[in-house]
Amino acid sequence: MDFLFITQQSLSAAIGVNTIIFALAAIGLNMHFGYTGLLNFGQAGFLAVGAYSVAVAVVSFDISLWIALLIGIGNSIILALLLGIPTLRLRADYLAIVTIAAGEIIRQVARSATFNDTLGGSDGITGKFGKEFFDLNPFTEGLDLPFLRYTPNDLWVVIVGWIVVAFILILMWLLVNSPWGRLLKAIREDEDAVRSLGKNVYLYKIQSLIAGGVIGSIGGFVYALSRQSVQPDNYGTALTFFAYTVLILGGAARVMAPIAGAIIFWFLLVFVEQLLRQAVSAGYIPEWLIGVNQVGQIRFMLVGLGLMLLMIFRPQGIFGDRKELALDARA
Amino acid sequence: MPAHSSRFKEQALAAFASVTPTPGVAKPDPIIVADKVTRKFGGLTAVNVDHVEIQRGSITALIGPNGAGKTTFFNLITGFDSVNEGSWTLNGEQIVGTPPHKVARKGMVRTFQLTKALYRLSVLDNMRLAATGQRGESFIRGLFPFIWRRQESAITAQAEELLTRFQLIDKKSDFAAALSGGQRKLLEMARALMVKPEIVMLDEPMAGVNPALKQSLLGHIKDLRDEGMTVLFVEHDMDMVRDISDWVIVMAEGKIVAEGTPESVMGNQAVIDAYLGAHHDLSLDEGPR
Repeated sequence: MDFLFITQQSLSAAIGVNTIIFALAAIGLNMHFGYTGLLNFGQAGFLAVGAYSVAVAVVSFDISLWIALLIGIGNSIILALLLGIPTLRLRADYLAIVTIAAGEIIRQVARSATFNDTLGGSDGITGKFGKEFFDLNPFTEGLDLPFLRYTPNDLWVVIVGWIVVAFILILMWLLVNSPWGRLLKAIREDEDAVRSLGKNVYLYKIQSLIAGGVIGSIGGFVYALSRQSVQPDNYGTALTFFAYTVLILGGAARVMAPIAGAIIFWFLLVFVEQLLRQAVSAGYIPEWLIGVNQVGQIRFMLVGLGLMLLMIFRPQGIFGDRKELALDARA
Repeated sequence: MPAHSSRFKEQALAAFASVTPTPGVAKPDPIIVADKVTRKFGGLTAVNVDHVEIQRGSITALIGPNGAGKTTFFNLITGFDSVNEGSWTLNGEQIVGTPPHKVARKGMVRTFQLTKALYRLSVLDNMRLAATGQRGESFIRGLFPFIWRRQESAITAQAEELLTRFQLIDKKSDFAAALSGGQRKLLEMARALMVKPEIVMLDEPMAGVNPALKQSLLGHIKDLRDEGMTVLFVEHDMDMVRDISDWVIVMAEGKIVAEGTPESVMGNQAVIDAYLGAHHDLSLDEGPR
């Protein structure tokens, strides 16, 4: 068993590209669910819109990457308006139904044969659409430390990604501690009370949906650029639910929660996988119990078990306040 | 009772001296005038008010048996429910179809039968939220604390003053969920005052409040009138209605069946019938078959 390798893989994942993607998706959900109480089950759709906007604009329409990023943000705003305008006047559960359906519609449209020429069908789009981004990469060599290892491109994505995450977190912190953020939290508690005090609840819910959706689409940019490829089935409902897992793990309505949640989630996922894989190949786990090909599935079971235990013994998440969580019971 | 308080009471009562106590009667200086307000839920007509006026600067009680349509009428007037037909004005301005937040901005603020304290916000934040015209409520300006910080401290001072008056100042950092039922009623009333309303609509302010706190709530409601606000409240507690209201409007089965001073209404046959049924004082063999 090569414990150094296991540690290196796990730590590299813990602060790696996937962590950044899931942190951004969860920061957006934190705005929606944690602060405003909007049940958005279609966050994957926002990531898909971000990722596909970049890939399609650059590959199919030959537009500059930087303009493509702006198009991606614009498209996610349009998606938020499309989802929000008809549903935010209704009760909260309608938004949940509409968003989960919208996320799936986006994925199905992206993989449909009809738009094969522009969206690439079920294979998605693979190409050098991140060229302009990686041309700026100052690293000619990757990182190769005993506990951390990245290729030059991944290192560039990770550094730029964390700077973007830090910037968004600062904005988030300013927003949730402003009167604007106080209004969102009040809407989460009771919309009608907020209306009775002369506040336009609908307007603020739309703003929250847009803000969280744009943050999600930035996660989509990272997803697309880091892989230089977009594939429709990466943006299924599982992505949304993992983002929720990350958020709840950290503790909803806490600014830093998505970061801690994403780091723990990816560390566990990779650590368990590498550990099992090595234990199986070294013969510590007999072949009849777990085969090498089953490790991928087993790790989700074990991580799922770990998360269940965490939710049972620490339901408020890492940063949450158990007393505050108990208030939700509306005593 | 302090002398100044009774002076305001006398002023309010003097305004009603020339008003005949009949349903739908005109008032000398109405703040709300409603005409032919109808709300149906399927086959049930919950509200069917022909004409009603609410006198400015007075405490008006809206009473009636359960299911009389009092809360529905409240919901309609404040924009929380939409009307089938009818119209009403606030300060002479038509406000039918106006969304609730705009009604509140026009100076009519309501509370709820089931108290709506914002549980996971501190008591102080509950108060500060309600202040109007906050610069920091805009997404962009919210990002720059120097734009709204000065206004925020003015709002905080105003909120703390009200919390002191309502004896909640010691609780200001607690979550609103940590308050007792009666304290939540106090908080809701104090919060409504942060909007600086002209008319306060209280939906069952005494429901679930212990007797000690009741006295303090009564005092606060009288203070609202004494500061020039109009109060319209729904209530089942007759002692309270008798104690603080200047005028009483009685609803039954969606209609207004009586109006008058508390004393005259309590003895009114239509009111007794509404509460107890028209033939309550007949023995069974005399009653209708």
